[in-house]
Amino acid sequence: MATYVAPVPHVNAHAVQPKRSGWTRWLTTTDHKEIGIMYMVATFVFFLMGGVEALMIRLQLGAPENTVVSPTTYNQLFTMHGTTMVFLFVVPMMAGLANYFVPLMIGARDMAFPRLNALSFWLFLAGGAVFYASIFWSPPEAGWVSVVPLAESQYSPSGGQDAWIYLVHLTGVSSLLGAVNFYVTIANMRARGMSWARLPLFVWTILTYAVLLIFALPVIAAAATMLLADRHFGTHFFDAAQGGSPILWQHLFWFFGHPEVYIMVLPGFGLISEILPVFARKPIFGYRAIAASTVAIAFLGFLTWAHHMFTAPIPEAILIFVMLSSYLIAVPTGVKVLNWVATLWRGTVEFTSALLFAVGGVSIFLIGGISGIFLATFPIDWQVNETYFVVAHLHFVLWGGAVMPIFAAIYYWFPKITGRKLDERAGRLSFALVYIGVLVTFLIQHVMGLDGMPRRIYEYDNVGHLQLYNQISTVGSFILATGVLVTVINIARSLKRGVVAGPDPWVANTLEWFTTSPPPVNNFDVIPLVRSVEPMKDIRREVERRSSSAHAAGAATVPAGARQVGT
Amino acid sequence: MGQLSTLLAFFTPESGGSPNANEINSLYKVELVIALIIFAAVEGAILYALIRFRKRRHAVPAQIRGNTRLEYSWTIAAALILVALAGLTFSKLSSIENPPNSSAAGYNADGGQLLYASAKRQLPPNKKALDITVIGRQYIWQYVYPGASEPDGLGAPYSYQEMVVPTETTVSLDIVSADVVHSWWIPELGGKFQAVPGYHNYTWFKIPKPGVYKGQCAFLCGRLHARMLATVRAVPPAQFEAWLANQKRLISEANQAAKVAREKLGAQSGAGQVENP
Repeated sequence: MATYVAPVPHVNAHAVQPKRSGWTRWLTTTDHKEIGIMYMVATFVFFLMGGVEALMIRLQLGAPENTVVSPTTYNQLFTMHGTTMVFLFVVPMMAGLANYFVPLMIGARDMAFPRLNALSFWLFLAGGAVFYASIFWSPPEAGWVSVVPLAESQYSPSGGQDAWIYLVHLTGVSSLLGAVNFYVTIANMRARGMSWARLPLFVWTILTYAVLLIFALPVIAAAATMLLADRHFGTHFFDAAQGGSPILWQHLFWFFGHPEVYIMVLPGFGLISEILPVFARKPIFGYRAIAASTVAIAFLGFLTWAHHMFTAPIPEAILIFVMLSSYLIAVPTGVKVLNWVATLWRGTVEFTSALLFAVGGVSIFLIGGISGIFLATFPIDWQVNETYFVVAHLHFVLWGGAVMPIFAAIYYWFPKITGRKLDERAGRLSFALVYIGVLVTFLIQHVMGLDGMPRRIYEYDNVGHLQLYNQISTVGSFILATGVLVTVINIARSLKRGVVAGPDPWVANTLEWFTTSPPPVNNFDVIPLVRSVEPMKDIRREVERRSSSAHAAGAATVPAGARQVGT
Repeated sequence: MGQLSTLLAFFTPESGGSPNANEINSLYKVELVIALIIFAAVEGAILYALIRFRKRRHAVPAQIRGNTRLEYSWTIAAALILVALAGLTFSKLSSIENPPNSSAAGYNADGGQLLYASAKRQLPPNKKALDITVIGRQYIWQYVYPGASEPDGLGAPYSYQEMVVPTETTVSLDIVSADVVHSWWIPELGGKFQAVPGYHNYTWFKIPKPGVYKGQCAFLCGRLHARMLATVRAVPPAQFEAWLANQKRLISEANQAAKVAREKLGAQSGAGQVENP
């Protein structure tokens, strides 16, 4: 017996220990799924808190010269709202979704570095805790962009500003570790046969998200450290009187801040690209174009930061360069939108809640994308920058490009995470309210900005129709909040009472549906060979072929000694 | 047609006070028309696809994975639209950025040589403009006019919150800050520009008819940011001259009164002495 036995590649992700019970299980877990769940729950709680802050802002602006909150509280509210939604909701929510689903989608048994993964989550939570602890003393009030000199100790002496700096540091380290972990996982732990051209598009966007974080975060970390040193250690990085430069802060912040926009929306685009083909029952249109445009957007995203600074004293040549690079980024973005439309075209579209949120996201994002062209044209930006026009723009971009896709993902993946489906009727109601709410709240804000209402003001005079416009917007924000609440209630009810989903309730395309719902600790007993970008289609076809041929064989010929299947 | 222009005005930035604001407004309108066409086309396509291709019995989804020619075409089409937009913007740029000469009826004191020695600012072709320095402070705007009466540059007339300017005259603004970042913005007179400590920022306007134009600080500058208001009042050049003379008189009177008060105080207690032990 001299047959050669090839060594079987063997990967031990990490030793499987008996599960702890109770709350220590969550404290000590290194399972990517449990970490993912903790991320998603924590970020959703922050989302609700940021939402309450937004409603308080809208209440204050519901009438001219209103006094629901004081000017100081108002500044604290919009600073908390912006910071929460960016640093504590959208970015870590994407990390949570990726944590749970990237290993499943690429056929891996865990992330590459499970303990580092746990550290990422706990650092993120610490950042959120430090930041929100400031509400018991004095929260920061210099806006989520913390522009200097306003954020310097001379003008913002309170510790709230320092809480903001620590939040940036802690969530920054958390995201950096997470980014490295995602990159290594995706680069090394894909199932056999999953070449780069067969990587699910959500995984493509998470790969890009990771690279963007790795390049962008050190810049904001450095800037925040410089601000900390200015505030406490006597340096003068941003003090013009001492040879420093306030413009330097704006450059550093936006060199991070603009890629941050793509860090938030690219994974959202990935979610849309996963969900549309499933419910149109059609392959994604132009897989390569979508993957390539993701990378192109990420690259160009680093060349456009100064379009946030068109009104700052910077040379004309920079204005022109940044206008053109910002125009350029519209091309790959437009390509994506058209690819999504083409994916629906000639399909058989099923109006599930997940599909509605995904398509709704595309149509909302389109409005933000188009208003972005106005903002990229710097003479026009001189009129609309720092007004409610920008507030409208960024909310259309983020609701359409990130938040609605996240809601789509909740409806799409809840069955995988819990084993039960969310109620579809409540889901459609939630979608209708959110969609109408976004339009009513934010469309009118374009007009407010065009009429001369700056952002970040706690009161306004009732000139023109400003009162009416603001009331419309405030009503819209409560419709929007009701829509979010419907999904919260839906989640709470469906955890116990939802329809049992089974492994693959949507007849979907990617590998996470190959395993049970919820998946076992090791995710897969057998990792299938991947032959295309839609492995589940291949698997279903293969099962069908085998079972029908077995059936045919069984029915047509019943010779003695026919092999019994399964023995 | 009238309704259409009202509707367009609803969706366009303020204008009417100064040529640069008007030019921005007309650039915006062209972009708005292009944007609305693209918006309607894409949203229409989404809606059509959802309705026409909704799930129906016996409908079979077409298993199409892409169409290289189609994808190249729409990529190139998108790029061409943006090239056109860039061309449009460049064609408008000089009329937005470069100030025209003051009109003959404009303010023309000192032979029109009302100019600070600044190479950076945008000047009209004849290099003559009324220069006003705009200083942002928490939470008020200060305007310093040319006409320093003392060699060290002090004694120049100034005003707070309300800027009075002559009509038909090109006014060039030098925007600076005394504390945090502010942003100068009068919507009907053109774009906004940040006032950043340590930096100079420049803009201009030229108001044809007497009128009052309101604006406010457009960059978060602290707790009372919302109350940092600005007004520009345009008056005929003769009135402006009278106002400026009056402002000078008031300031020198106030300085004189302060000087008297200081001397009186000095005589009472001895200069520099502290009354309390």
